[in-house]
Amino acid sequence: MLQSSPVLQARGIEKSFLGVRALDRVDLTIRAGEVHALLGENGAGKSTLIKIITGAYRRDAGDILLDGEAIDPRDVKHAQALGIGTVYQEVNLLPNLSVAENLFLGRQPRRFGLVRTGEMHRRSRELLADYGLSIDVAAPLGSFSVAIRQIIAIARAVDLSGKVLVLDEPTASLDTAEVEMLFDVIRKLKSRGLGIVFITHFLDQVFRVADTVTVLRNGRLIDSRPVAGLTRRTVISLMLGRELAEEERRAGTAAEPDASADAAFRFTGYGRRGRIAPFDLSVGRGEVVGIAGLLGSGRTETAELLFGIEPADSGTAEIDGKPAALTSPRAAIAAGFGFCPEDRKVDGIVDDLSVRENIALALQARRGWAKPLSRREQVELADRYIKALDIRTASRETPIKFLSGGNQQKALLARWLATDPKLLILDEPTRGIDVGAHAEIIRLIETLRQDGMSLVVISSELEELVVYASRVAVLSDRVHVAELTGEDVTPDGILNAIAAAHGTASVEAA
Amino acid sequence: MSARLVDALKRLAPQLIALAVILALNAAVSRGFFDIQFQNGRLYGSLIDVLNRGAPVAILSIGMTLVIATRGIDLSVGAVMAICGAVGASLIAGGYSLPATLAATIGIGLICGLWNGALVALLDIQPIIATLILMVAGRGIAQLVTEGVILTFNDASFIFIGSGAALGLPMPVLIWVALGIVVALLVRSTALGLLIEAVGVNRRASSLAGVDSRSLLLAVYATSGLCAAVAGIIAAADIKGADANNAGLWLELDAILAVVIGGTSLLGGRFSIIGSLIGAMIIQSVNTGILLSGFPPEFNLIIKAAIIVVILVVQSPASRSLWTFVRPERRREPRQVERVAR
Repeated sequence: MLQSSPVLQARGIEKSFLGVRALDRVDLTIRAGEVHALLGENGAGKSTLIKIITGAYRRDAGDILLDGEAIDPRDVKHAQALGIGTVYQEVNLLPNLSVAENLFLGRQPRRFGLVRTGEMHRRSRELLADYGLSIDVAAPLGSFSVAIRQIIAIARAVDLSGKVLVLDEPTASLDTAEVEMLFDVIRKLKSRGLGIVFITHFLDQVFRVADTVTVLRNGRLIDSRPVAGLTRRTVISLMLGRELAEEERRAGTAAEPDASADAAFRFTGYGRRGRIAPFDLSVGRGEVVGIAGLLGSGRTETAELLFGIEPADSGTAEIDGKPAALTSPRAAIAAGFGFCPEDRKVDGIVDDLSVRENIALALQARRGWAKPLSRREQVELADRYIKALDIRTASRETPIKFLSGGNQQKALLARWLATDPKLLILDEPTRGIDVGAHAEIIRLIETLRQDGMSLVVISSELEELVVYASRVAVLSDRVHVAELTGEDVTPDGILNAIAAAHGTASVEAA
Repeated sequence: MSARLVDALKRLAPQLIALAVILALNAAVSRGFFDIQFQNGRLYGSLIDVLNRGAPVAILSIGMTLVIATRGIDLSVGAVMAICGAVGASLIAGGYSLPATLAATIGIGLICGLWNGALVALLDIQPIIATLILMVAGRGIAQLVTEGVILTFNDASFIFIGSGAALGLPMPVLIWVALGIVVALLVRSTALGLLIEAVGVNRRASSLAGVDSRSLLLAVYATSGLCAAVAGIIAAADIKGADANNAGLWLELDAILAVVIGGTSLLGGRFSIIGSLIGAMIIQSVNTGILLSGFPPEFNLIIKAAIIVVILVVQSPASRSLWTFVRPERRREPRQVERVAR
């Protein structure tokens, strides 16, 4: 079966957004009759790759071959006509129309210009019978569960295209029984010879339905292997960063922080219902605490809790032994916190404003509106950090949206450094930025630590994390499951902790 | 310093050119448009009339600029004008002193603005819907205040605000110029301008950077309410009465138009109060010009719409890129690249 011919091949696909490389010479081969899981963290390039294959984006370079012939999907409709169909997590059908109308939208059987409703219903029933679905096709789509809608969307996509089916996180909002139903459908389609691309964050599901796994990271193809013979741990290690350029490795000196350092920031039983289970965390002066875990494990939730974006509803926070109420970002900033969010574009940069204004923003906000930084002070501030952090920009007055990801990240770091923070929380500080800036940011974290700043750094690049972190909290399913210290802070140690947590989780679920 | 003045003039060039063209057209259709006489201690002339008649829209556009800079909109200003005119007229007719009347009226305007601000900032209701509520309810409230009739008064000091003159200029002109200067100085000499622009471009990122976006939004909508109150007082003083049905009718749209013509994007961010004031004068020049030209009044709205379409098309990014296409050697704008989150 593995020798079946490739139905879809993508070769050397490249795509950049605003000078940031989203995909760097990525290959993907889908064979007929296989379920191909596409894995990777946020920003790894999964969606970009899928959108290129399904015609939603145009590629910058590379070839797409369908049944051995080069194709160039112009848009989603064109890709569909060629034989590539997509079903997204949020089903994009029309809930107010009937099931049959959704299935035949835009191609209703007609006679003398009138829709033949009876014929349409009959064909809908036949179509859905193939999927083991016997429902009232005249009922509005909205009256059915998400799982049923998902299957109807699949039926429509397969009927329209018929060669390759892309499922973008189809199981994200389904319960266990519904997932089972969906998997039955996937297996049935597989036996019909369709190539199926399956994007998910649930590793268990990969092992249950997928034949092949392709892992992307930072826009690059990491590996593509058959599932048979793979262990959970290997897949996790492929998804999280394992390699570090020599340059970056040298950036971090493996200096241990003062063992005597008292915890300057101590969070006890800190948590928020529905976001993250209560955890204990302490950060010493001049210490970097790392946070590791897979996507959705509660990494960002932890950061948002610490920074007061989603205030804690249990536990206490202490700063230098004094209780602190971190009820909002403003309160956290007043306590000396700074936060560089994971989603720079949405939560970080103010894209139309200049680099100067972006750097001055947090300091100005803390001083209040009545005490403006003069133009001259802002210029000095911006120039100082542009020089110190080597922010590459045409001028300090350039709107920050024209900077590359790495330079935007450095400008955001500058925004917080200008406020002279005591605790800096960095959520994926090196995600989606180029290699050069990558090393510089690692070096900067090290320098700040040596200067006595406390840092909490979330990263899925484990090799990188162990360079600067003296302790690593490991998260799984929104619970802090382990805290590694000293000798245990190695990529392998972290991987083992994550894999162990996943093992128990699936045992519990079973 | 002078370099920044040149920059400012460059930025406002499209508005200034549009104003000059409209004024030239006015002069062409009406001989003596630029004539100004000095009589009885004040200036008279069509130009002065433009400045005077344009006062309500100019004043509304000051507050509207700040609201739009936060990516909001305030549809209620016309109705708030009516409420404040009604309150002012009934208080002054009821024998209250001028300072008490003005203070109460402006207070009502601030409360209206805070109501809008609370809906937008605290309840996160979309500004267009939040302010639509008061736009609809406001005229009803004004009618309740006037008890359904046109309330007239003859307090000379109140009437002076609408039709008096000082320093040779009509009071409304002095008021809008002064208010414009005060607000522009306030936002530009403090950090308010930067913070408003930051919230308008990306409210979430600004809040995460520590900007108190809620208070800022409340303050901005309150300012808009205050401006509407001042405009309402002028409108009432001008006709010596409060007309709950017609005071400020459709002026919210003129104010929004003035802001857009003035170069502030409805998407929020960068704003220019001076640009909006010029925009208000452009709109008033069009109104005055149509009246002076002797066109049948049925054509007024259509001609006005046509002129505004031309102004907006000339200012639009599309025609600007067409312009750079025509003159390729001047193409210096950074290329707008696809921005899609991965």
